[in-house]
Amino acid sequence: MKEIIEIIRQPWPWYVAGPLIGLTVPVLLILGNKSFGISSSLRHICAACIPANIPFFKYNWRKEMWNLVFVAGILLGGFIASSFMANPVAITVAASTQADLKVLGINDFTQLLPVEIFNWQNLFTGKGLVFFVVGGLLIGFGTRYAGGCTSGHAIMGLSTLQWPSFIATISFMVGGFTMIHLLMPYFMAWLM
Amino acid sequence: MNNDKIITANPVLGEAFIEKKWGESSKGLLKYLLVGILFGIVFVKAEIISWFRIQEMFRLQSFFMYGVISSAIMVGIISVQIIKYLNIKTISGEKVMLPNKEFRKGQIIGGFIFGLGWAITGACPGPLFAQIGTGSSVILVTLVSAIAGTWFYGKFSHKLPN
Repeated sequence: MKEIIEIIRQPWPWYVAGPLIGLTVPVLLILGNKSFGISSSLRHICAACIPANIPFFKYNWRKEMWNLVFVAGILLGGFIASSFMANPVAITVAASTQADLKVLGINDFTQLLPVEIFNWQNLFTGKGLVFFVVGGLLIGFGTRYAGGCTSGHAIMGLSTLQWPSFIATISFMVGGFTMIHLLMPYFMAWLM
Repeated sequence: MNNDKIITANPVLGEAFIEKKWGESSKGLLKYLLVGILFGIVFVKAEIISWFRIQEMFRLQSFFMYGVISSAIMVGIISVQIIKYLNIKTISGEKVMLPNKEFRKGQIIGGFIFGLGWAITGACPGPLFAQIGTGSSVILVTLVSAIAGTWFYGKFSHKLPN
């Protein structure tokens, strides 16, 4: 029993986390014919709170309540894991990534998020504008335009062998590579 | 038995009412809360919600996220095939429906835009919720921005190529 608790306390490897995430697909299907997808919750929130007579938000979002409950669960799961089963050691970031990020001005690798960027003091600074506001806008706009995110396209879409989801997944990756390699070096030099 | 009758007859508290309004009974919704909780725990325990993991991934400096995503897809494909071939039904006995996605230009343009945001914030929508749960309250700003981004898409979607 003690060994099991010790294993759970350690950071979980990819070959444990990945299959567990994959299992969400059949679990949601069998529980109630639900398609795994997280970004749609953002649409439901819009439809519930700020529909503003926009046709895209005129639908019965109440029927999609399960999705909002699901993301509330993710938030709660984050709280439970960090409060009661927190990893005993700091995150290990690849040495090469640390070296690259130091060049960009990031030196603290002890938390899940770089504290030099993600804190409230940065809210009304260039860092806050880029990392919280612009980043968030791109996520919300892009996922809805693409009709899904990593969960809806990369995991659910590819699990059901949908070729449009394959194209979407490739586009996600191209966007990510473009940001990290072409754009980030420039604005980080200005921000950090 | 008598109690049940009173509850289901009550238009406000009745399960039938909740089910009609929310698409599921409250007990039914609870199971999605539990799946979400487990999912959030995996996100945190495997440090998938870390900004640094996404940096490693896009810099091709760690196999971790590629391992997570590809093994998730493998398990997803295999389980969907099992559901299909064994004709497994949902717990309420319905046939499992697999949605078909139609190709649209948005999957390329929108996908690319999302990719830019994913790399900046180090999070896709799921991890945003989990990060807030771990106490990174400033991510609430990112979440609100993501909701605003979704709203802008809805507002201008008819003007975008699709």
